[in-house]
Amino acid sequence: MQRDSTTGAAIAFEGVGKSFTSKGRTVTALEGVDLAVAPGAITGIIGRSGAGKSTLLRMVNGLERPSAGRVTVGGRDVGTARGATLREIRRDVGMIFQHFNLLSSRTVLGNVALPLEIAGVPAAETARRAKDLVERVGLETLADRYPAELSGGQKQRVGIARALATGPKVLLSDEATSALDPETTQTVLRLLADINRDLGLTILMITHEMAVLRDIASHVAVIEGGRIVEEGATYDIFTRPAHPTTRSFLAGVTGVTLPQFIAARMQLDPPAGPSREVIRITFLGANATDPLLAEMSAALGLEVNILAGAIEEIGAQPFGNLLISVAAERGPEARHYLDTRGQRTEVLGYVG
Amino acid sequence: MSANLIAMLAEATWQTLYMVAVATVIGALCGLPVGTFLACSRKGELLSAPLVNKVLGIVVNATRSVPFIILVVAIIPFTRMVAGTSIGTTAAIVPLTIAAIPFIARLIENAIREVDSGLIEAARAMGATPLQIIAKVLIPEALPGITLGLTLAVVSLIGYSAMVGAVGGEGLGDLGIRYGYQRFMPDVMAMVVVILIVMVQLAQSIGEWIARKVDKRAPRNRGA
Ligand SMILES: Nc1ncnc2c1ncn2[C@@H]1O[C@H](COP(=O)(O)OP(=O)(O)OP(=O)(O)O)[C@@H](O)[C@H]1O
Ligand SMILES: [Mg+2]
Repeated sequence: MQRDSTTGAAIAFEGVGKSFTSKGRTVTALEGVDLAVAPGAITGIIGRSGAGKSTLLRMVNGLERPSAGRVTVGGRDVGTARGATLREIRRDVGMIFQHFNLLSSRTVLGNVALPLEIAGVPAAETARRAKDLVERVGLETLADRYPAELSGGQKQRVGIARALATGPKVLLSDEATSALDPETTQTVLRLLADINRDLGLTILMITHEMAVLRDIASHVAVIEGGRIVEEGATYDIFTRPAHPTTRSFLAGVTGVTLPQFIAARMQLDPPAGPSREVIRITFLGANATDPLLAEMSAALGLEVNILAGAIEEIGAQPFGNLLISVAAERGPEARHYLDTRGQRTEVLGYVG
Repeated sequence: MSANLIAMLAEATWQTLYMVAVATVIGALCGLPVGTFLACSRKGELLSAPLVNKVLGIVVNATRSVPFIILVVAIIPFTRMVAGTSIGTTAAIVPLTIAAIPFIARLIENAIREVDSGLIEAARAMGATPLQIIAKVLIPEALPGITLGLTLAVVSLIGYSAMVGAVGGEGLGDLGIRYGYQRFMPDVMAMVVVILIVMVQLAQSIGEWIARKVDKRAPRNRGA
C-alpha cells in the first residue's frame, strides 16, 4: 500500500468530524480530529466510554463515514469511496473485535477462509492460505473445531488469523482484549506485537487500559469528548502527561500511590506551622536516583524521606516514579536541585 | 378393520404427505428469498428499502390474515389456472402453497434477524457485497432457526391439509370427515387422528434432529 503523499502516514485523519442524528437529536461523536498514524507502528487510542474511539476506528474501513474532513488509508480516501472501490480498500484493512464476531456455523479453518472466499480467491489457494494462517496463530490442532468449543483467547486468535487472511497492511482492533483475562490478554498482545514486527503491519488499536498501551503501543492518542486531547510517543505520554484525562488514566497504572496514612492527611496548600512537601520525581532512562538523593541530602543539608517508589518499562525503556517528602520551606530548593539534574518533579501536596 | 379401509387410510396418508411435501418445498423456495428480503430491507439494513419492505410486509400480513378455508375458496380461479382444475388433490396444493409462502417467509425473516449484527459488521469489514453477506453469513448462521421454522411450517400444513376436502382435495382430513364424521365410522376417525398425531410427531422430531445437527453454537449448553 502506498503511503499518504503529504504526511507519510499509513492512516490520516484530517479535520474529521462525525455527528449522528437519530430521532431529531444530533450527537456529535467527533470534532476536528487530526491524526497521522505512522506506518508499521502500533498506535493506541485511549478514552472513556462514549469518547468516540469506535467511531474514529470505524472510519478507517468505511463502516462509518465522516460528516466533515477526510480519512485516508495508504493515500486512498475512504470517506468518499463506494462500492467496489470501498471493498477493495477494506481488503487492505483487517479488523478484530471485542466479541470476536466469528461465524458459529464455520470451523476455525472455515472462519479464516471466509475473507478469501469473499475476495474470490480460488478454493485450493484459500485452503492453503487458511491453513498457514491457522498455524501462524498457533491453532493447528484446533483447525476443525467450531468457535463454541474454543476459549476467548483462542477465539481472538482466530479473529486475528481471519483479519490477516487477505494480507492487509493495516489492522484495526476495537478493544480486542477487553473480554479476556489478564493472562490471555498478554498472550494476545504478544501475538499482535509479533505480527507487527514480522509483517510490518500498521496496527491501530482502541483500549481503555493504559497498561495495554504501555506493553505494546509505540504511539498513543488520548481522546475525550470527540477530540484528541493529547498524542505522541507512548514513552512521552507516560512520562510527561499534559492533559488531566491522560493523568487520570495513568493514575492507576504507573508507579505508585501514596501510603494511605499520608494520603489521608495530605492537603493542597501548606498548612500553618511546620509541614512537609510531598514531591513526585519521575526519572527517565536508567538514571540511578539513589545516589542523586544522597548527594542532594549532603549538598543541601536536607533530610529526605522516601515514601514510595517503583521502576517499570514502557516498551524497552525503564522509567521510574519516586515519592519523597522534604521540609516544606526547603521544597523549592530541593526541586530546583533535581530539575537542574534532569529529573522531573511535581508537588503533590503537603502534610502537617 | 377391513382391508378396504386399510387401503383407504394408506392412500389418504400418501395424499396428505404429497400435498404437504410439495407445498413445503415450493413454499420454502419462494419463502426463502421473500423472508431474506424482508429481513434485510428494513431501514438501515443491508439492502435498505424501507418502502418496498413496508409494502411487501403488508401483502404478507394480508395473506396470512385470511382464514385458510376462505383462501381455498377465494383463489379457486387462480387454482384452475395453475393446476388446470380446481378440484382434487393436486389442485389443493395451490392454496396450501399460497398459504405456506408468507408463513415461511416470516419464519425465515425472524431466523435471519436473530443473527448477531456483529457478524454482518465483520463481513462488511472484509469487503463482502450484500449478496455475499446473505449467502455466506446470514443464511448459514440462521440455518438452525430456519430448520425449526420449516418444521413448524410442515406441522401447520399437515393441519391445513385437512381442510382441502372443501374443494375436493383428498387426504387424511377429508377421509376423517367423510367416513369418520358423515358416515359415523368412529374407528376410521380414530385411525385418522392417530396417523395425524404420528405424522406431526415424526415431522417435529426429524426437524429438531436436523436443527441440532446444523447448530454449532455452544453444544456444551445444549446437553448434546
Ligand atoms: N450509530 C450511532 N447513532 C447515534 N449515536 C451514535 C452512534 N454510534 C455512536 N454514537 C454516539 O457517538 C458517541 C461516541 O461513540 P463511540 O461508540 O465511538 O464511543 P467509544 O469511545 O467507542 O465508547 P466505548 O468505550 O463505550 O465503546 C457516543 O455518544 C455514542 O452514543
Ligand atoms: Mg467503542
